[in-house]
Amino acid sequence: MASTTTTHRPTATRRRKQAAAAYLFIAPFFLVFTTMLVVPLGYSLYLSLFQDRLIGGTSFVGLDNYVQALTDSAFFGGLGRMAVFLVVQVPIMLGVALFLALALDSGRARGSKALRLVYFVPYAVPGVVATLMWGYLYGRDFGPIAQLARAVGLDTPTFLDSGSILGSMMNIVTWEYVGYNMIIMYAALRSIPTELYEAAEMDGASQARIAWSIKIPAIRPAILLTVIFSVIGTFQLFNEPSLLDTIAPNAISNAFTPNFYAYNLAFVNQDVNYAAAIAFLLGLFIAVVSYVVQLGSARGERKQESSR
Amino acid sequence: MTTTLLPPVERPTAPPARRRRNPRDRRSTPLTVLLWLCAAYFLLPLVWLVIASTKDNADLFSTFGLWFGERFSLWDNLVSVFTNRDGIYGRWALNTVFYALASGGGAALLSTMAGYAFAKYRFPGSRALFSVTLGAIMIPLTALALPTYLLFNTFGITDTPWAVILPSLVSPFGVYLMRVYAADAVPDSLIEAARVDGAGEFRIFWQVSLRLLGPGVVTVFLFALVATWNNYFLPLIMLNRSELYPLTVGLAQQQLASAQGGGGSQALFSTVITGSLVSIVPLVVAFLFLQRYWQSGLAAGSVKQ
Repeated sequence: MASTTTTHRPTATRRRKQAAAAYLFIAPFFLVFTTMLVVPLGYSLYLSLFQDRLIGGTSFVGLDNYVQALTDSAFFGGLGRMAVFLVVQVPIMLGVALFLALALDSGRARGSKALRLVYFVPYAVPGVVATLMWGYLYGRDFGPIAQLARAVGLDTPTFLDSGSILGSMMNIVTWEYVGYNMIIMYAALRSIPTELYEAAEMDGASQARIAWSIKIPAIRPAILLTVIFSVIGTFQLFNEPSLLDTIAPNAISNAFTPNFYAYNLAFVNQDVNYAAAIAFLLGLFIAVVSYVVQLGSARGERKQESSR
Repeated sequence: MTTTLLPPVERPTAPPARRRRNPRDRRSTPLTVLLWLCAAYFLLPLVWLVIASTKDNADLFSTFGLWFGERFSLWDNLVSVFTNRDGIYGRWALNTVFYALASGGGAALLSTMAGYAFAKYRFPGSRALFSVTLGAIMIPLTALALPTYLLFNTFGITDTPWAVILPSLVSPFGVYLMRVYAADAVPDSLIEAARVDGAGEFRIFWQVSLRLLGPGVVTVFLFALVATWNNYFLPLIMLNRSELYPLTVGLAQQQLASAQGGGGSQALFSTVITGSLVSIVPLVVAFLFLQRYWQSGLAAGSVKQ
């Protein structure tokens, strides 16, 4: 190795050269980042401050659109449905994902490799196709679930009326994303050093005990990541309501989810200004909720640290 | 704040040769049964899709959904998928491949360069810029699609392939992953040695570092590719001409046309169902093969340290 001091000392020129190179490396990303993320956000903020009236044309209205949104029961109805989704579907989905990841990681099931693949495959299926498939499975007259129920003498179950559609949608989303979340948790589980729980195993601790006391705390950050991704994903649900709307138009209102509402405002009602305000509020709301989730989790972690 | 909370999830550092003990003597039958029951749940819709693709329109609505119909119409359905409306389905398939490859490749390249720079260089503002990137992971991309549409509309680039590809190039999560990956996969000493040999920074990146970053690049590429392949909202709002549609939008429109009773479009349920099956085959096959590549890549990444 060259040990000459001139090449090894990071002189000011060299450092500046390297910094220049680094800026060139990040420049393409930040160029696209700015034009595709920052500018649209700013533009929609700008648009949301105007209103387009039949008489008088477009005029600056300040925060009127936001005031309207904050008293818009359709918008809050959608947010409320998503809140239910968040409280019911996300824990089920992540609980199942965690259970499957732990079960596969324990190596106690036959065919683990095939199982992992089967669980992950729905992630390769577009939401459009997933909704379409489940839509047929749910079908009242020709769906196989209804056919089976009738064959054994039960009442025909309804999946697509206004009372049950939210649950049916939860099932579709669960089907789509359990595998994806499972893989994130599984990857984290595989990187825990075995020494951490081998001793416990020797002492005869049960798998459930090991999972609860050692494995789950060790992959806490990965679990938090899946929680945050789920929060973000839930509030921007669009494919499922939009596709189910074609087969169950009476059960899906045009504001069933906030994102579906924003879409309908912009493209059906042609009210881009109000749609921009809704989209902006929705983004803000999601950011706040995921921030709160992070805060809560950080506090929980501190509590756990101090109780040790 | 976010820096400490986002975990290095996919960090490819699983130490080799752990779990040496033989797991065969600890197999549990109840657990196996339970896990395969879960597998049945995940497979059910796909099994239905395969079976339904072999039925003609009449059988679809008159026979039991989870068993074959009276006639085997898979070939007829496939012909109908690819000839309906002058074979527009093939056009949609090509569009999907093109959008997904362009977005995946572009996002992987941009994320790799940025992540590498964040991991291996010190420069003024790097901490702030990285924090901004991390914060952007929280921005809901679908909620952003509408503002992007409004912006593109004023510049007249809606209804072009660019409108779908450009927004898909931004992958803050990809930058984060590549930073984590590059920090471990590319030794500083190697970069330093290349500098001593007189190589410029870009030559080092292209000829030395990029090779070590391979598996990480593939991971980011796959995530971006799948995201674009499966995307519905963005192309739905951006594109008007049906010859620019990807499969997701095309299939959804066909489904809508069938559900509303044709209206001259001649789209049949069996065509939509078979088209759906064809549309998921490439990604499912890719998953089967890339899973192996992915794992070997991760293992290689951990040996290199």
